[in-house]
Amino acid sequence: MIAELGHFALTLALVLSLVQAVVPLLGAQRGRAAWMQVGRQAAWSLLGLCTIALLALIHAYALSDFSVRNVAENSHTMKPLLYKITGTWGNHEGSMLLWIWMLGLWGVLVAQATKLLPAAFQARVIAVQGMIAAGFLMFLLFTSNPFLRLDPAPAEGLGLNPVLQDLALALHPPLLYMGYVGFSVAFCFAIAALLEKKIDRRWATILRPWVLAAWAFLTGGIALGSIWAYYELGWGGFWFWDPVENAALMPWLAGTALLHSVAVLEKRDTLKNWTIFLAILTFSLSLLGTFLVRSGVLTSVHAFAVDPARGVFILVLLALATGGALFLYALRAPYIRGAKPFTPFSRETVLLLNNIFLFSAMATVFMGTLYPLFMSALQLGAVSVGTPYYMATLAPMLAPFALLMGAAPAIVWRAGNPHVTMRRLMLPALVTLALCLFLVLFAVPQKPLLWLALFAGGWILVTLGQDLARKTGGFKSFRYLPLSYYGMQLAHAGFALVIVGAATATQMTTEKILVMQTGDRISVAGYDIRLDGQHTGTGWNYNVDRVAFDIMPQDGGRAFRMMPEKRWYPVAARMTSEAALHLAGLDILYIVLGDNDGNSRNRWVVRIYHHPLIGFLFLGAGMIALGGLVSLGTRRARKPAEGVV
Amino acid sequence: MKKKQRLYFILFVLASLGCAVGLSLYALRDNLSFFYSPKEVAAYLAVEDPRVAAGRRFRLGGLVKTGTVEKTGETVRFTVTDGAAERQVQYRGIVPDLFREGQGVVAMGRLNEAGVFVAEELLAKHDENYMPPEVAKALQQAHEEGVKSMQAYEAAADAKGDAP
Repeated sequence: MIAELGHFALTLALVLSLVQAVVPLLGAQRGRAAWMQVGRQAAWSLLGLCTIALLALIHAYALSDFSVRNVAENSHTMKPLLYKITGTWGNHEGSMLLWIWMLGLWGVLVAQATKLLPAAFQARVIAVQGMIAAGFLMFLLFTSNPFLRLDPAPAEGLGLNPVLQDLALALHPPLLYMGYVGFSVAFCFAIAALLEKKIDRRWATILRPWVLAAWAFLTGGIALGSIWAYYELGWGGFWFWDPVENAALMPWLAGTALLHSVAVLEKRDTLKNWTIFLAILTFSLSLLGTFLVRSGVLTSVHAFAVDPARGVFILVLLALATGGALFLYALRAPYIRGAKPFTPFSRETVLLLNNIFLFSAMATVFMGTLYPLFMSALQLGAVSVGTPYYMATLAPMLAPFALLMGAAPAIVWRAGNPHVTMRRLMLPALVTLALCLFLVLFAVPQKPLLWLALFAGGWILVTLGQDLARKTGGFKSFRYLPLSYYGMQLAHAGFALVIVGAATATQMTTEKILVMQTGDRISVAGYDIRLDGQHTGTGWNYNVDRVAFDIMPQDGGRAFRMMPEKRWYPVAARMTSEAALHLAGLDILYIVLGDNDGNSRNRWVVRIYHHPLIGFLFLGAGMIALGGLVSLGTRRARKPAEGVV
Repeated sequence: MKKKQRLYFILFVLASLGCAVGLSLYALRDNLSFFYSPKEVAAYLAVEDPRVAAGRRFRLGGLVKTGTVEKTGETVRFTVTDGAAERQVQYRGIVPDLFREGQGVVAMGRLNEAGVFVAEELLAKHDENYMPPEVAKALQQAHEEGVKSMQAYEAAADAKGDAP
């Protein structure tokens, strides 16, 4: 009964979204205030209906109602309640429902926040939101309805994938989707601006916090996915250039470019067309990301939806949204005028270059991700593109990108003075070079990628420190700078740490594979590791073999114990490995169990990794996301264009 | 002034895009890895096709043949089959949790001089019902060809008129 209620709510929501898509738009065209008003009410009702639908599905999952096909296929009574509930969005249908619910949520928030703007503009933004909602509601109802019944209901569900019973993984899709869906706001703003043939600083001031929020969520989602892969998959890697990871990285790159160009538009009233283009692009890439993940066209860990009708439907949606938006852009972009000029040596130029690098990086990832798809569509063979491709293409872009990133604060808006900039950057340049030279000569192995990353990260951090010192009068008065400044510096510092952490963890890693039994010793990266013994036990819904390792740091530090596990889930008939991680400062020691050696239950294949400074990677990713949130808190983000720093 | 600026901008965008595309294509050329089924490997080996020459990296996929998995220390040996042909694989390291006899597997690696596929990486995905699309396709093809040859055989038998 409750499932039918959810189904009914979704159908109503579809009708309502069509109203939301049409009526306010017509109202704005004809200047009818009452019609425009409909938009906000529709947005609120849409959120209400989607909430009912989502709660109905969560209810079915929590109570394990296997008469609902989606629940029967993806849940199981033996799961802990928490994972039953998070399992709601662990599958295709449920995750698309979550997607739509979030769209409804952002729709209402936008409707509230744009009250300050002219009614016609607000009506148009809401109408475009309505169109997107209508498209996805049709997709959900016609190709992936989560509320279909199963008769007779099975006694037990099929879904007990133990790898997915994990908190990071439960939070990963909602964060990612908040990011994807959040960029729809930028998209709607862009379309509304094109319809009105007008875009100004006020537009950017209102839009900027939305981009920041979406971007921070997306960053968090990507980081969580990466952390999950690191500790759960047991391959000792944090980024595999898997098509689905790339699917999230592309909107992130475009969104980062958008974030910077919106800031330029807000401060300097320029880069208007470019910003609109990026807004369209970022959301299109979010849709593409959804398409890549949900259509099953890619060989990937996430490719669980293999119904071609769904892929075609999303592809049509993508073509309509992107094609329609770009068509409108082509028609209206010539009318968008009044961009303020700037000289080639100015912060505007630097930020534009940053945008171009981000765009190029995005294009590179795009090509690597979709190339195998084209090859197979054209019957040219099944190929895959791996890490070496991305290293070869992205690493060369990193150096100039980082250089610009560090130099930007030393170049003023509109017309900079090269001499002043040079003089100011001399000291950080010398410090960075000295630091790198020292590290290269004494501390790190001779690997070009490592040097590149150390230089890039070092330069960003040193220039950042200098800028902070200058703006706070030698670290004295921190109160007079806006929060957005600290947010920016936090995110930039985080980026530097990510680069350094990723480089050290991949280039200076130690890896050992060997067979061990009780009493065996091995020394890895400054640790003496001894297999102490094994215990067998049971967990919530699994049996477990736990192997204890005693670890003694060779530098005389305190000994500790690590216990990687091999779990057997009898109901799912599945084996999983739980790696043991030990965080020592910023380094991680990582032990995974393989199988028993065929001959004896006490001999284990063991894989040991040491990842130096990998803590920087995760810390940095967190700082980037946090930087976005801190910037949100700035007063300027709430009040339209006032005092600009 | 403004026109000129725009021109520079466009030129710069084109130049950097060109660089990106050039770099990408160059990198793609060296870093693509093709997927072959055991049957394709056998067919290419028969004509000494350079695509599967010893030392050339590619991905091999199929089912792990039942009864062939053999572990010695940290090395695993097994046979991959697509129903039409087989290939021996050896791998040093920890096999994925989902690696099992009778299940689909994709291995990345190279053939050695003896014709054994030395894998650097084994991929088995995190869903027990999941079959790598390439593997599914290869199995399907091998199956269809088997059915066809069977039908041809039967048709030939019928034509001869020696039905029982």
